[in-house]
Amino acid sequence: MATVRIPSPLRRYTNGQSKVESSGANINEIIESLEAQYPGVKARLCDDSGQIKRYVNVFVNDEEIRTLQGGDTPVGDKDEVSIIPAMAGGQS
Amino acid sequence: MSYLTSDQLMAKLRREIKEISVHELARKMDGGENVTLVDIRGLEEWDQGNIKGSIHIPRGFLELQIERHAPNRDQPIAVICAGGVRSLLGARDLEALGYTNVASVAGGFNSWKNGGYNFVVPRIMTNEQRQRYSRHTIMPEVGEEGQLKLLDSKVLIIGAGGLGSPTAIYLAAAGVGTIGIVDFDVVDTSNLQRQIIHKLEDVDKPKVESAARSIAQLNPDVKVIGHRTQLTSHNAFDIISQYDLVINGSDNFPTRYLVNDACVILGKPLVDASIFRFEGQVTVFDTTHDGPCYRCLYPDPPPPGEVPSCAEGGVFGVLPGIIGSLEAVEAIKLILGQGTTLAGRLLTYDALEAEFREMKVTKDKNCPVCSEHPTVTELIDYNQFCGIPSVEHLSTNGAVKQPALA
Repeated sequence: MATVRIPSPLRRYTNGQSKVESSGANINEIIESLEAQYPGVKARLCDDSGQIKRYVNVFVNDEEIRTLQGGDTPVGDKDEVSIIPAMAGGQS
Repeated sequence: MSYLTSDQLMAKLRREIKEISVHELARKMDGGENVTLVDIRGLEEWDQGNIKGSIHIPRGFLELQIERHAPNRDQPIAVICAGGVRSLLGARDLEALGYTNVASVAGGFNSWKNGGYNFVVPRIMTNEQRQRYSRHTIMPEVGEEGQLKLLDSKVLIIGAGGLGSPTAIYLAAAGVGTIGIVDFDVVDTSNLQRQIIHKLEDVDKPKVESAARSIAQLNPDVKVIGHRTQLTSHNAFDIISQYDLVINGSDNFPTRYLVNDACVILGKPLVDASIFRFEGQVTVFDTTHDGPCYRCLYPDPPPPGEVPSCAEGGVFGVLPGIIGSLEAVEAIKLILGQGTTLAGRLLTYDALEAEFREMKVTKDKNCPVCSEHPTVTELIDYNQFCGIPSVEHLSTNGAVKQPALA
């Protein structure tokens, strides 16, 4: 089971948890498994065609998956997956 | 017990210590010969002029500091003072430390000057500045030279809000000579939970004025330029081009893409950060050194309303203090040219978990703005880019605001 880091805006789907365990051999499978555990998450991460949204960055350890194999990027049990969305806050 | 008069001591040292003429010194320096020239005069003498390439160690600190500059005892060293007397004493002290190749410059700096050789008059700080920045200048990574760089630098801060408050305060305290602040808004009571540059008495007053007042109370060396306006595609080049680097503390996506594109096109380093609830992100976009830009990290903006703003989701008051201070750190490092910046790295902080983590940010070779063949070469309509229909239909929600400064 890989560890998945959940950012603040998505924690309402994970009962407030910032770290969850999820199974899957690659990022697509991890997202499906997350959706099964926490319904609603997938729609926040992926567009209608199942592609990860361009303003959401998914990292396996410290590498962004767009620089790896996208949704097919393999994920091992000891890997940490981080979801880091664009945030705009700072001023107001 | 036998004793020597000072004249006798000097005569003795002249027999024992090797002396070189200023002409010989000039020949060595011009020829790029390996010789460490140590000027042991007092600070005031040094300030009035010194030889380029020399190291200043006042005589009282000579034995204590020489090893920093010449760890090897065989290193050729020439010691210079004003007239060639104190340098004999200095050379003797270095020999006592075991330096084997020491010479005293006969006639000292006065002979050098009279010989028509070049010297430099350093730009100097006032006594007040020396005192104020003494904890900076004592560190070799800053020194007086670095402090003068800070005093000469011009930094633009986008937004005098949560992030901009600590950033502006620390930059001002550090002696960044010119701080520009872009903010259209006035201070609201709900800002005071985190926007520490503003005070209760500033409520309803323009943020740029309030920030300028706070900075003036802290450090009169700093010139504050308030831009009480919305940053737009029309004025961004005019404003940003006046500065050396930009620090982003804005609260909406159109402004973030606007500032990024303008900085890439103008070749200005950008320190970027954002915060939400208990989490913050900070990084450096420096495309002048082949680093990635904001669009490499986030190619497309989220649709309006998809990402909640701080006004909706809240923000932990101390968080911008941490993240804004990190922005100040990166800005000062960029000005000094010291250390390793966050270019190519996204630093994230989760206050609830007390965790810092670091992710790689890779330059997108197809980036529309910072790649070799950019498709965006001038500023565009960033509201439209972010899917915001028109100014008339803006909500008060920060995420769907026009590039206005809330």
